Amino acid sequence: MVDSMVVTPTRIATPSDLAALQERLAAAAEGRRRVLVCSTGCLAIGAREVEAAFREEVVAAGLEDEVDVVQTGCHGLCAMAPVAVIEPNDIVYGRNRVKYIPDVISKTVMNGEVIKRFCYGRDAEMAHVQDIPFYAHQTKRVLRNVGRVDPQEIDDAIQRGVYSAAGKALTTMTPDEIVEEVKASALRGRGGGGFPAGLKWEICKQNPGTERYLICNADEGDPGAFMDRALLEGDPHSVLEGMIISAYAIEATKGFIYVRAEYPIAVRHIRKAIEEAHERGLLGDDILGSGYSLDIEVREGAGAFVCGEETAMIASLEGERGVARPKPPYPAVRGFYGEPTIINNVETFANVPLIVDEGGAAFAESGTEGSKGTKIFALAGQVQNTGLVEVPMGATIRDIVFGVGGGMPRNREFKAVQMGGPSGGCVPAAHLDLPIDYDSLKEVGAIMGSGGMIVMDNTTCIVDIARYFIAFCAEESCGVCAPCRLGTVQLEEILNRITDGRGTLEDLDKLESLGEVVKETSLCGLGQTAPNPVMSTLRHFRDEYLAHVVDKTCPAGVCKALLPVQEGKDS
Amino acid sequence: MAPVDHGHAIPLLQKIQDTYGYLPREVLLELSAETGIPAAHLFGLATFYAQFHLEEHGRHTVRVCRGTACHVRGRQIIQDAIDEELGIGPGETTEDRRYSLETVACVGTCFLAPVVMVDHDYFGKVDPNKVGEIMGGYE
Ligand SMILES: Cc1cc2nc3c(=O)[nH]c(=O)nc-3n(C[C@H](O)[C@H](O)[C@H](O)COP(=O)(O)O)c2cc1C
Ligand code: FES
Repeated sequence: MVDSMVVTPTRIATPSDLAALQERLAAAAEGRRRVLVCSTGCLAIGAREVEAAFREEVVAAGLEDEVDVVQTGCHGLCAMAPVAVIEPNDIVYGRNRVKYIPDVISKTVMNGEVIKRFCYGRDAEMAHVQDIPFYAHQTKRVLRNVGRVDPQEIDDAIQRGVYSAAGKALTTMTPDEIVEEVKASALRGRGGGGFPAGLKWEICKQNPGTERYLICNADEGDPGAFMDRALLEGDPHSVLEGMIISAYAIEATKGFIYVRAEYPIAVRHIRKAIEEAHERGLLGDDILGSGYSLDIEVREGAGAFVCGEETAMIASLEGERGVARPKPPYPAVRGFYGEPTIINNVETFANVPLIVDEGGAAFAESGTEGSKGTKIFALAGQVQNTGLVEVPMGATIRDIVFGVGGGMPRNREFKAVQMGGPSGGCVPAAHLDLPIDYDSLKEVGAIMGSGGMIVMDNTTCIVDIARYFIAFCAEESCGVCAPCRLGTVQLEEILNRITDGRGTLEDLDKLESLGEVVKETSLCGLGQTAPNPVMSTLRHFRDEYLAHVVDKTCPAGVCKALLPVQEGKDS
Repeated sequence: MAPVDHGHAIPLLQKIQDTYGYLPREVLLELSAETGIPAAHLFGLATFYAQFHLEEHGRHTVRVCRGTACHVRGRQIIQDAIDEELGIGPGETTEDRRYSLETVACVGTCFLAPVVMVDHDYFGKVDPNKVGEIMGGYE
């Protein structure tokens, strides 16, 4: 937080006012000692108490003028929660406990002395961001402000340069020029489908309508995904900035953010950000003196996974039951209330300011042939450094799981990584060196998905995982089309048989043929992709299915009906 | 109140549920009369979306994550411990109406699996021994 004496919340009238304000804020922040306490994800494990203890200790030691304690978003190293980063030296401390805070203040914050027990690997050599392999293997672009700003203080965002790209776009570029830059960047949607964003916007603009709408998809329904949560909670202003630029580019008259209800902190932060942006003239009428006006409304989801699908989301925003509608027409042509509508994912919008800032061609220099820029992944499951990760497209799965993720805990054996949630697949060890992009993953039967990566070791049963995902889709099917409604239930029944030890070889064939039918004939993406986890595991882990069906054993020791009966124990 | 377009139906239901803890039948009928949104539509929404309850609900909602990361990190043990602590199963409410128990398909805290949410609070790395303490924290 920057000294509130520096500025009072007045309207920022022009881009040069914004630049002047940024300069003033940056000068005031120069060289400050700051304790950046994650006050989002880490709240699940005592961050509130840790942050309060830092504040109390700063007061008790009479250091209010020298040390700022800041509530920030996620530092990424969630496995070490609760995490704090200490500036100006960028020392990363995890496993913080209230009783040690006075020590941390007097030794580390005031004297730069490192305390081993809070360091990564309890190793004093790994105290600083640049020395920790978890960070060294990453490229933080979209996440650059997450963990560095107080997400509920617009001045923090402005000081880090947020809204300057919006100023440039709205006052020096035409809407069509922005669409061209986004096309040149080859940015593909980060919500799972990977459709080129610029192209979608262009299609939208070719369709006449009395209104045009922009929707930010923050439903993040895939289990195992928390990228969008981290962006909304940790840097909501960058998401808003991306939406403002995009809305101007498609000449939208109104914006929505559809956030799932399970994300109360994200809802609070984005609402606060919108309110502050309005006070400063960065939303509302005549943004930064450009003549362009935009309002953005937050809508909370109501607990239906299918509402992450764009047509179901539109139905939900219109106050209907969240059921999918046939495509075409695509929302870009006929969306919200029948008008041309653009829906993009949170992370897609967060990339847009970077493209405006550096130009589409420069953005397209990083990444692979078909996938440009970086991708944020949520690393979870059986891996040392569970957390939030950003790497350039084209990084390998090995880079992420072993380089950034630190490999498996307790030296267990890597088995697979599940990517893309219920629409995705399991990538086996044989493909660890696969460079990640939209196309390479499809070739091995998985998908990029939205970025959830769940690492599995030999204690995870692959057949159980396939059953888990199919059960998920069966429950979440909106029920409108029969292949999805009935097919997923049948697939689940077959998998139940197999994990119960009643499966046959014919069942494996049935899984494949039925899976094909569900894929080919379902109405929306939910059904079209629901068989993927089954198909991909059948392809890569057929032996494990055979063990269940032929040998009646579960190699991972998970399926209860197939465990060896232990002597001297009932049942 | 002037007729309200359907688009506001879900936020209105959310507001009612925030106030009453569930969607009382009389209140929905009243809402329908005031806004002109057919009651059948409101009840259709209330039954479609998992968030809404038509029955009286507990003062606090416990959500046990059944997401993938929690699944591979032993969420079943937590579910069992909570079921036992509260004496109810998912979808049920304790007799004193203190807690309703639900499962949820991921709350985005997978890095600290297994995870439980009580109302708006997240709890990570839950183990069966912590369950009693967490459940003691709400009245
Ligand atoms: C069943 C289903 C669930 C989806 N859930 C999400 C979601 O939670 N978040 C998201 O951004 N996209 C989700 N999508 C994809 C959206 O339909 C849409 O393609 C996306 O929001 C477009 O944005 P993008 O191009 O920026 O990725 C889902 C699709 C399907 C079929
Ligand atoms: S899988 Fe449990 S919080 Fe995501």
